[in-house]
Amino acid sequence: MKNSVEVINLSKSYGKKIAVRNINFNIKENEILGLLGPNGCGKTTTIGMLLGLLKPSNGQISINGMKIEKNRIKILQKINFISPYIELPKKLTVKQNLLVYGKLYDVKNLKDRIEYLATKLRLSELLNRITGELSSGQKNRVSLAKALINDPGVLFLDEPTASLDPEVGDFVRTFLEDYKKEKKLSILLASHNMNEVTRLCSSILMMKNGVIIDQGKPLELIAKHGRKNLEEVFLKLTKYEN
Amino acid sequence: MKINFNKIYGLFLRHFFLITRSFPRILDLIYWPSIQITLWGFISNFFATHSAYYNNAVGVILTCAILYDFLFRTSIGFNMLFLEEIWSRNFTNLFIAPIKISEIIISLVFTALVRALIGLIPAILLTSPLFGISLLDLGIHLFLLFLSLYVFGITLGILVSSGLLRFGPSFENIAWSTMFLLAPFGCIYYPVEILPEFFQKIAYMLPLVYIFEEARSILIDQIVNYENILKAIYLNFFYLASSVILFYFSFSKARKKGTLINIGE
Repeated sequence: MKNSVEVINLSKSYGKKIAVRNINFNIKENEILGLLGPNGCGKTTTIGMLLGLLKPSNGQISINGMKIEKNRIKILQKINFISPYIELPKKLTVKQNLLVYGKLYDVKNLKDRIEYLATKLRLSELLNRITGELSSGQKNRVSLAKALINDPGVLFLDEPTASLDPEVGDFVRTFLEDYKKEKKLSILLASHNMNEVTRLCSSILMMKNGVIIDQGKPLELIAKHGRKNLEEVFLKLTKYEN
Repeated sequence: MKINFNKIYGLFLRHFFLITRSFPRILDLIYWPSIQITLWGFISNFFATHSAYYNNAVGVILTCAILYDFLFRTSIGFNMLFLEEIWSRNFTNLFIAPIKISEIIISLVFTALVRALIGLIPAILLTSPLFGISLLDLGIHLFLLFLSLYVFGITLGILVSSGLLRFGPSFENIAWSTMFLLAPFGCIYYPVEILPEFFQKIAYMLPLVYIFEEARSILIDQIVNYENILKAIYLNFFYLASSVILFYFSFSKARKKGTLINIGE
C-alpha cells in the first residue's frame, strides 16, 4: 500500500533546544498511526511541522508525494486537523462555522457536504445553535465536521476524545473507524488514551525527548516488552527507561 | 499567482457573521466614532468663533477629526480582525486552512473597510444636522483623501499584525497604541510649522501630514494642491509595499519560531 505521509530525518530545534531529533516514519493509505509519548516529548512539534505551521530545521516531509515546503497550500487543501486546544469561533452558529471553513477550503457543493456531515455526526439539530453554547461532546463533533469538511486524505488528530464522556468518546472512535474504511483515510493519532490507541491504531510510534524510542503494532509492542497492556509499555518506556 | 475569491469571501464571512450576530458589537463600532465626532464638533464650533485662523472655515477641525477617525478605525479594524482570531483560539485553524497570505491580506483589507464604514457613516450623518457641516465640501478630492487614509490605515494594520504574528499576543498593547504614537506627527489639527524642526522632518516622512495639509488648504484657502496628494500617494505606496513584505517575513519567522502553534498562550 502506498505511503500518504513520508517523514525523513525530521528535526526541529529552537536555538540550542532540540524539540525533535532526526525522526523517520511513514503513514500508509488507510492506516491509523498512533503517536505516543509523555508531555513535551515532541508530538505537538511533529504535528506542527506536518501541518506546515512549523518550519523543520532539517529533514523532509512529503504528503501525497508532494514536499510540504514547496507545496504548502496544495497539501493543506487535502489534509486537516482536530485538537481540543484549538477552537472554532464561539459566537458563530455551527452552520456558519462550517460555511466559513467550507469556503476557506473551497469545497464544491458545500451545502450538500454540510448536510452529509451533519447527518453522519448527529449535528442536524445543532446547525443553528451558537457553537460556544454547546457541550464539549457537541463541540467535539462540530470540530470533527470542520476537520472533514474538505474530505481530507490525511487527518491529524491530537487527543480527539480528551474530556469526552465514554458514550461520546465511543461514538467518535466508531465514527473514525468507519469513516477511515469508507474513505481510505490516513490518520495520525496523538493520544494519551491507551485503550483508544490499542483499538484504533494499526501501528504506533513511541516518542521521548524528541526521538522515536520504539515502534510497532500495539500487540507486538505489548509482547515485546512483556507487559499486559499498552499503558504498561508506555510507562516502561517513558518512565523507567532512560 | 492565482487568487481564490471564494476563500477571500470565506474569511470575510467569518467576521461578517461575527459582527451581524451581535448588537453590542455593532453598537461598539458606531458608539466611539459618534462620540468622537460630536466632541470635536463642539470644539470646532468654539474655535470657529474664537480663532482668527479658523474663522473662515467652520468645519475644518471637524472634517479633520472625521478623516483621522476613518484612519484610526481602518487601522484598528484590521488589527481587531487578527486579534479576534487569537482571542477565539481560532488562529491555528486559520493557518492550517489552504489560504494564501495574499488572500488573507485582501480579505482583511476589505473587511476592515466595511467595519470602518459601519462606524463612520452614522457619525458623518450626525455632523450635518448637529453642526451644519458637510464633508462633501471637500468635493471630489474627498475621495482621494479618504483613499490615502484608508491605504495608510491598512498599512499600519498590516505592520501591527506582522508584530502579532511574530511576537504573539504580547504585541497587543502596541496594536492599540500605534495610532496615538503617530497622531502628533500627522498634524491633524494644526499646520506642520507648529512642530519643532526635527519633528517636522519626521512628519514629512509620513503621508498623513500631506493629507491633512491638503484638507486644510481646500477648506480654508480653497486651493487644491495636487503635489500634496501625489506625495501622499507615493509615500503610501512605499509604506504599503514595505508592510506587505514585512508581513511575509513575519510569517516565515513565526513558522521558524513556533509562534503559530503557541499564539493563544
